[in-house]
Amino acid sequence: MTIPYLIGAIAIAISLFFNRNKIMNYSLVAIFLLFQWVFTIYEYNHQNIVEFDYFLPDALGILLLVTISIIAVPAFYHSYVFFTKNEDNPRNRAMYYASMVVLIFALSLAYLSNHIAVTWIFVEMTTLSASALIYHRRNVRTLEGTWKYIFVCSISITFVFIGILFLSIAVQEVGDNNLTFASLLNRASGLDIFWLRLAFIFIFTGYTAKIGLVPMYTAGIDAKDKAPSPAGALLSSVLMNVGFVGIFRFYEIIAQTTLHSWANNIIMISAVLSIFIATVYMIKVKNIKRMFAYSSIEHMGIVMLGIAAGGIGYYAAILHIILHSFVKSGLFFQMGQIYRTFNSKSIYDVGNYFKYNLTGAMVVLLGFISATAMPPSGLFVSEFLIFRSLFEAHYLFVLIFVLLLLTIIIWAFGKNIFKLLFTPAVGFKDENIEKIKPYESISQFILFGLVVYLGINPPHQMVELINEAVKNLPL
Amino acid sequence: MTNVLLIIFAMSLIYLSIANRLMSYVKILAFQGILLFGVSFIELGEMNPLNLGFILFETIVFKTIAVPLFLKYVIHHNEITREAEPFVPHFISLIVVTTIVVVTFLLSNTIEDVQLNKVYFVAALSALFTGLYIIGTRKKILTHVMGFLVIENGVFILSLAVGNEMPMLLNTGILLDLFITVLLLGIFVNKIGDVLKDVDVDQLRKLKD
Repeated sequence: MTIPYLIGAIAIAISLFFNRNKIMNYSLVAIFLLFQWVFTIYEYNHQNIVEFDYFLPDALGILLLVTISIIAVPAFYHSYVFFTKNEDNPRNRAMYYASMVVLIFALSLAYLSNHIAVTWIFVEMTTLSASALIYHRRNVRTLEGTWKYIFVCSISITFVFIGILFLSIAVQEVGDNNLTFASLLNRASGLDIFWLRLAFIFIFTGYTAKIGLVPMYTAGIDAKDKAPSPAGALLSSVLMNVGFVGIFRFYEIIAQTTLHSWANNIIMISAVLSIFIATVYMIKVKNIKRMFAYSSIEHMGIVMLGIAAGGIGYYAAILHIILHSFVKSGLFFQMGQIYRTFNSKSIYDVGNYFKYNLTGAMVVLLGFISATAMPPSGLFVSEFLIFRSLFEAHYLFVLIFVLLLLTIIIWAFGKNIFKLLFTPAVGFKDENIEKIKPYESISQFILFGLVVYLGINPPHQMVELINEAVKNLPL
Repeated sequence: MTNVLLIIFAMSLIYLSIANRLMSYVKILAFQGILLFGVSFIELGEMNPLNLGFILFETIVFKTIAVPLFLKYVIHHNEITREAEPFVPHFISLIVVTTIVVVTFLLSNTIEDVQLNKVYFVAALSALFTGLYIIGTRKKILTHVMGFLVIENGVFILSLAVGNEMPMLLNTGILLDLFITVLLLGIFVNKIGDVLKDVDVDQLRKLKD
């Protein structure tokens, strides 16, 4: 059903773009959401059947597809709230919804694609649609953010393409031009090591722009900061997952060859550096939204640590990336409300949030507990498993260093969050602040509840899917 | 013959490192377009006519004529000053780019591969790293775009090297090329030029921690 989905979603995006009527816009968005869920359920029921040569709903694809379909619902709801509060011209609103639809369907199809070049094309589409979302406010700063995002992503997407070219040289030597992941996986051990090595370096570097790791993480931070909060929620959760998919699928191929431990070292270096940089900036950062963005970098570093360590780490990494999507999108949705209350994202201008918005403050507190992986957050389970895998793989020094950094991150994160929650801001006038309805926070509570539930008591379908997703990796 | 063209291409990269005016950058890019046209014309002779036409269209119409003209228009329209304003002296740039070419040359000697022509590999990787170097050391946003175009030329050469067996991959690469270039140049350079008066990267320092 992938091609009908693609055509339908494009049709909805185009009609959203040309139809500036408010009611029409929202009915089209509702139709898209329905369509997205029908598609998700259909693919869930038709697992591991190749569709139209290029798409394969395998376990990893299904898991992330369900994740994006869950997050898409509150994302559109909060976008609706965003537009009722910000008077905006219909053209910008139409553009915003059209880009969001394009972003969601491009991500969904990138998860499901079975061909390395097809994944790459859909990743390219996410760059374009995401930049339209970042540029939504149309001022100098969003222009700067958008420019940096497009530029860095264009270079990194070119890197991925170079990697694919090197891979195709390796594949041609074996004599078959098939570049689907399944066929590459079968022939992996016969491929030339030299070209595979070059291909891995380029593809990994390229996708770090999406997943948010050293060296290409920079543009993503500005993008998440400058995009409207509901779009930022997508950018810092499901968009990062697409980078993970790109790296993971190629890593599966590398893991079949003698390059496995070399690739692990590359990933390990990148992951530790990412956590280190996240720590440094978390201490320094004064903008709450950017702090959340750096926290995403930290979590992606932890995910990649799990991949590099192997063993139970593979399972934990995929669990972690799913749970992290829910936590971070919840925090970003809440960020929109914080901004409406204080009209600022700077830590100096916000404070005493409990007084102004009790429900929202509860969300922030819960989000803090979830994001720093304290029990009962599900991230605690996955992080614990990742650390166990590091221990079992004898990466003791890495483990100690990372734990130290995580302690600093919890301190820095907590310092800012508690300032936001309890300490009154200097010179803040609270006469005519906006009262925020408690029901606007329901979706965040559901997301955080889901994190607790999925972490502590994962349903057996999910466990089976994760186990199947990592079945190709050697233990 | 292709070897000669590719060596001239590598030399144009060295000239790029010491070029002082924006217009020389534009001219070098146009010249590289002609070189790429020559290479693809000779190399891809036995390809089917439609694909060949598409590739030739891209190199001659797009890389040699349209993009340089557009860059020229942007320079005049936004009244960008004529110097490229590098952060480092030309002499160092010359050394660095020469080192890049030499190192890729040495790297290519370690390959034991009958399928790949090593000259392609050297030209492509040198263009890639030179482009990155130009992006890193020049001040203007427009020179960043030009650095990106040099990277794209490198990717084009690399895809020519594997293109005979895989026309689909080559076409995807060219489409990407057209697409990103149009997007980067068309929308953003102009937009940035309209919003920010002097177009250099110092204007883009507002987002930071």
